[in-house]
Amino acid sequence: MIPSLETYREIAQLNEWALILPEIVLAVIALTLLVAELLLKKSRHPFISLFAILGQVAVLALVLANFWFPPQLDVSLSLFSGMISHTANGQMMRIFFLLASILVSLLANSYLEQRKLPKVEFFAILLLVTASFMLLVQSTHFVMLFICLETVTVGFYVLVSYFRSQNTSLEGGLKYLIQGALSSSLLLFGIVLLYGAGSNPGLVGNVAEPMQFDHLATFISANPSHPLVLIGALLIISGLCFKMGVVPFQIWVPDVYQGAPMPVTAFLAVASKAGGFFLLMNLIKGPFAALDAFLIPLLSVLAALSILYGNLAALGQYSPKRLIGLSGISHAGYLLMGVTAALTIPSAYSAINFYLFVYLFGSFLVFAVMQKASPDHDALHDMRDYANLYKQQPLLGMALAIGLGSLAGIPPLAGFLAKLLLFIAAFQAGLYTLLGVAIFGVVVSIYYYFGWLRTALFRPFVAPETAHTIPALTRGQLVFLIVLMTVTVLLGVYPGSIGGLLF
Amino acid sequence: MESLQHFLLNCFSQHSGLNSALLYAAILAPLIMGGLLIITDKLPASTEKLLASIGFAIPALIAIWLWSLYNASLGAPGIFNDGGWQFITTFDTGLSRLGISLKLGLNGISAPIYLLAGLVGAAAGFYAFNAKVENPRVYHGLLLIMLAGLMGAFSSIDIFFFYFFHELALIPTFIMLGLYGGRQSRSIALELTIYLTLGAMLSLTGLIVLYVKSGVNSFDLIALTTQLADKPLPENIQNYAFGMLLLGFGTLVSLWPLHSWAPRGYAAAPASTAMLHAGVLKKFGLLGLIQIAAPLIPMGAAHWAPLLMWLALGNVLIIGFVTMAQDDLKQMLGYSSVMHMGYIFLAFATLSTTGIGGAVTLMVAHGLSAALLFMLADMIERRTKNLDLGELGGLVRQAPTLAAFFVVATLASAGLPGFANFWGELTIFTALFGHSKLLAAGAIVGIVISAVYGLRAVSKIFFGEPTEPMSQFLKTNTITDLSAAEKRPAILLIFALLVIGFFPKLITESINAGARRLYADKPVMTATAQPTSPVASTQASH
Repeated sequence: MIPSLETYREIAQLNEWALILPEIVLAVIALTLLVAELLLKKSRHPFISLFAILGQVAVLALVLANFWFPPQLDVSLSLFSGMISHTANGQMMRIFFLLASILVSLLANSYLEQRKLPKVEFFAILLLVTASFMLLVQSTHFVMLFICLETVTVGFYVLVSYFRSQNTSLEGGLKYLIQGALSSSLLLFGIVLLYGAGSNPGLVGNVAEPMQFDHLATFISANPSHPLVLIGALLIISGLCFKMGVVPFQIWVPDVYQGAPMPVTAFLAVASKAGGFFLLMNLIKGPFAALDAFLIPLLSVLAALSILYGNLAALGQYSPKRLIGLSGISHAGYLLMGVTAALTIPSAYSAINFYLFVYLFGSFLVFAVMQKASPDHDALHDMRDYANLYKQQPLLGMALAIGLGSLAGIPPLAGFLAKLLLFIAAFQAGLYTLLGVAIFGVVVSIYYYFGWLRTALFRPFVAPETAHTIPALTRGQLVFLIVLMTVTVLLGVYPGSIGGLLF
Repeated sequence: MESLQHFLLNCFSQHSGLNSALLYAAILAPLIMGGLLIITDKLPASTEKLLASIGFAIPALIAIWLWSLYNASLGAPGIFNDGGWQFITTFDTGLSRLGISLKLGLNGISAPIYLLAGLVGAAAGFYAFNAKVENPRVYHGLLLIMLAGLMGAFSSIDIFFFYFFHELALIPTFIMLGLYGGRQSRSIALELTIYLTLGAMLSLTGLIVLYVKSGVNSFDLIALTTQLADKPLPENIQNYAFGMLLLGFGTLVSLWPLHSWAPRGYAAAPASTAMLHAGVLKKFGLLGLIQIAAPLIPMGAAHWAPLLMWLALGNVLIIGFVTMAQDDLKQMLGYSSVMHMGYIFLAFATLSTTGIGGAVTLMVAHGLSAALLFMLADMIERRTKNLDLGELGGLVRQAPTLAAFFVVATLASAGLPGFANFWGELTIFTALFGHSKLLAAGAIVGIVISAVYGLRAVSKIFFGEPTEPMSQFLKTNTITDLSAAEKRPAILLIFALLVIGFFPKLITESINAGARRLYADKPVMTATAQPTSPVASTQASH
C-alpha cells in the first residue's frame, strides 16, 4: 500500500507526527547505529554501515512514493501549530537531502575504511544532520528554523574535524566553528529584531506570533519599509549567506573545503549550500515577499559579487578542493541571480530547483573522482595528481569530464540546461547587468574547469615517474560513477525522463 | 529524369514519416556508434572499423537521399515547392512547457548544408582511418559524436537544439585537439575553448532575447517567424539583439577581428577534425545569421550591415595579405579559410536574395574545398614531416596524384570556373556590384590574393628542384604516392566540387527558393542601398 498525501491528510487529523515519519525514522536509525556498535561483535560492524545506507534508501523510497504517486495534491498542511508546513515542494527538498546523504554515505564508506577512521559515529551524525536538514526546509517558524539550523551546524563542526589526526581537518573545523558561530548570531539577532518589531503594539499590523512565517508575512506586508524590518531581514539573509557561501560571507569556504575529509566537503558543498537556498526561497515566498524593492538590489549585488569573486579567485587555484569551493561560490552567485529573478518571475523557482539537483549530481561526480585520484592526504593533493588520470583509468577521466562539464554548463550535459533556464528567468526579470556578469563568469570558468580537464585528459607535463598510481575501481565505485554520469547526461538530453518531477 | 522525379516524389509522399525518421537516424547512428567506440574496450580492430564505417556512412547516405527528395519536390506543384520546411518531425524531451522540443526538418537553405555535412563527414571519417594516432578507437568515436552534432544542428528547427547540437559537435573538437593535436595543442585547445565559449554564450544571449521579447516563449523557429512577421520587435531591441547575435556568431565564424583562434586551431588540430570544423561546423554561425538573425530581426540586420561590410572586407583584404605571408601550409590554409568567410559575410551583409544565394552556395563550395585542402595538407605532412613552404619542393616527382589533387583543390578554392566555388563567388560579386562598387572592387582584389597564395603554395611544394632540407630528407626516406584509402575521400570531395561546378542547379535551385522565401518578400531598407528586387539568385549563374 502506498501512502499518498490524501491518506497522510487523514492520518494527520489524528496524529501530525506521521507526516514527519521520514525524519523520525532517520533519527531512530542513527540512534540504533550507536547501540548496535556497543552490542555487536567487531566482526559484524561492517553490517552497521550497510544498515545505515539501506535505511536511508528505504526512507528515500518512502518519500519518493509519497511524492510521485497520485493524487499529487498541491496542498500545504500546517503542522504543530504552524511550526512545519507539509508541501509538495518540501517533499522535493527532502528527496534532495536524502539523495545527498546517501551519496555521501557511499563516498564515506570507502574513505573511512581506507583511513581506518571510525564509521559508526560518522553515519550517526550524518543521519541526524540529514534529518535536521529535512525539517529545516519545511519549517515555517523561526524557533524551529533556528533549532534545526543549529543541529545541522553543530553536526558539521564535528564532521569537518572528523579526521582528528590531520591538522588540516582540525584547522578547518576551527575556522568553520568561528565563522559558523558568527553567522548564527547574526541570524539570531535578525530573528529577534523581527520578533520585537512584529509584536510591537505601537506598529500598524502587529501580530500575536511574529516568529511564525504567516504571521510575520502579514506584519511585513503592512510595514515593508520599517527600518527594523529591513535590518532584521538583512541580518537573517546574512546568516543564510554563510550557509550558501555567498560573498561577503565566503571567507571560510576554501579553507574549510580543503581541510574537511572529502565526503564531508561534498556534503558541505551540496547540502549546506542547497539548504541555504531552500530556506531563502521559503523566506522570499513567505514573509519576505513584500520586501522585493529592498531585496532585488541587495541580492543582485551579492549575486554579481559572488559570481565575480568565485570565478576570478578560482582561476589561480592548484588545489582541486579549493577550486571546487571557489567555483561553488560562483554557483551560489548564479543561483542567487535565480532567486532575485524569482521575486518577479515565479517560474524561476523550478529553474533553481533543477539547478540544485544538477549541481548535486555534477558535484558528486567530481568529488568521487577527487576521492579516487587523491593520495591519502587529500587536503594537500593538487592538480599534478590528475596527470595521467585518463590514461590510467579512462572511466575516471570520463566521469571528471562529465562532472566538470556539467558544472561549467556545457551541452549536452544537464548543467547547460540548468544555466539556460536560470538565464532565461533572469532575462525575463530584467536583470540585464547581472546576466552580463553571469555570462562573463561562465566564460571565465571555462578556463579553470577546462584547465583541470586538460591535465587529466591530455598529455601530461609531469614526468611519468612522479605521477602516482590510482587504485583500480571497485565494482561499487563503477556503478556509482556510471549511474551519476547517466543521470547527468539524461537530465541534459531528455529532462522529461524524470516525469515532471521538477518542471 | 522525369520518371526518377516521379519515383522520388512517390517515395516522399508515401513515406514522409519515414523520411522524418531518417533525420533522427542521421543523428543517432553516429552518436550510438561513437558512444560504443568510446565506451567499449577490447573490440577487435575489424569490428571497430566496421562500426565506425557504419557511423560515417549512414549520415552521408541519408543526407544525399533527403536532399534529392527536397530537390525533386521543388519542381512539383503543391505546398512544398517554395523552399519551406519539409520532413518536419517533433519529439518532446520534457521541456515543451518551456517552448523547447526537438523539432527537425530541412528547408531550402539548410538542405544543401545538410548535404555538405554528410559528404564532408564521410570524407573526414574515412580519411581518419589513415591517421596514425595513439588510440584510434577514441579518435573515431569523438569524430562520430562530432558528426552527430553536425547532422543535428543543420536539421534543427528548434533554435535551442540548433545551439545544443552545435555545442555537442564543438566539445569533441576541443578534446580531439588536446588529445591528438600537433604543436602547442594544449594551449591552443584552451584558447579555442574560451574564444568559442564566449561566442556561443553571446549568441545564446541573443537567442534568449528573441525567446523572451518575441512573447512566444518558444525556441521554435517557425513559431518565432510567424509571430515576429506579425509583430516585429521595436527597433532598439532589434538592434541590440542583432548586435549580440552578430558578435556571437561572428566569433564562431572567425569574423575579423575575432578570428585569431582559427588559424592556430586549424594548424594544430588533427586533419579530420580540421576538415569537419573548417568545412562544416563553422557554417553554423553563418546559418544562424542567415536563417535566424536576419529574417527574424531585419531592422537590426539593416542597422549592422554597413559595419559588417567593413569587417568582412577586413577578412578579405587584411587576412588575405596575412595569408600571403604565411610559411606554414596549415596556417596558410587556416588563414585562407578565415579569408573566404569574408566573402560570405559580404554577401550576407547585402541582405538581398542574390547575396544570400551566393553566400549559401559558397558555404557549400568552401566547405568541400576547405576540407579537401586540409586533408591534402595532412597527406603532405605525413609524407614529409614538414609543412614549411620554404623547405618543401619538387614533390610532384614522388607523388604525382597528390600534386594533381592539390592543384585541383587550389584552383577550386580560388574560384576557377568548373568548380562549385566559382558559382558562389560569381553570384556574390553580382550582388556586391549592385550594392556598392567599392566593396565589389575590394572583393575582387581578394580573388587575386587567393590565386597568388594558392599558386605560390603549389609551386613551392610540388614544383621546382627539391630544396636543401628536402633532399636531405629524401636521402633517408622515400615518399610514396597516395594509397587507395587516401584517394577515396579526396575523390569524393573533388567529385562533389565538380558536379556542383557543372550542374550548379543541383543546389542553387533550393537555395534560391529558400532565400526568396526568407528575404525577397520583405524588402529591407539599408543605410546604403535601396530595397532589392527579388531577383533569383541563380539567374546569374545559369
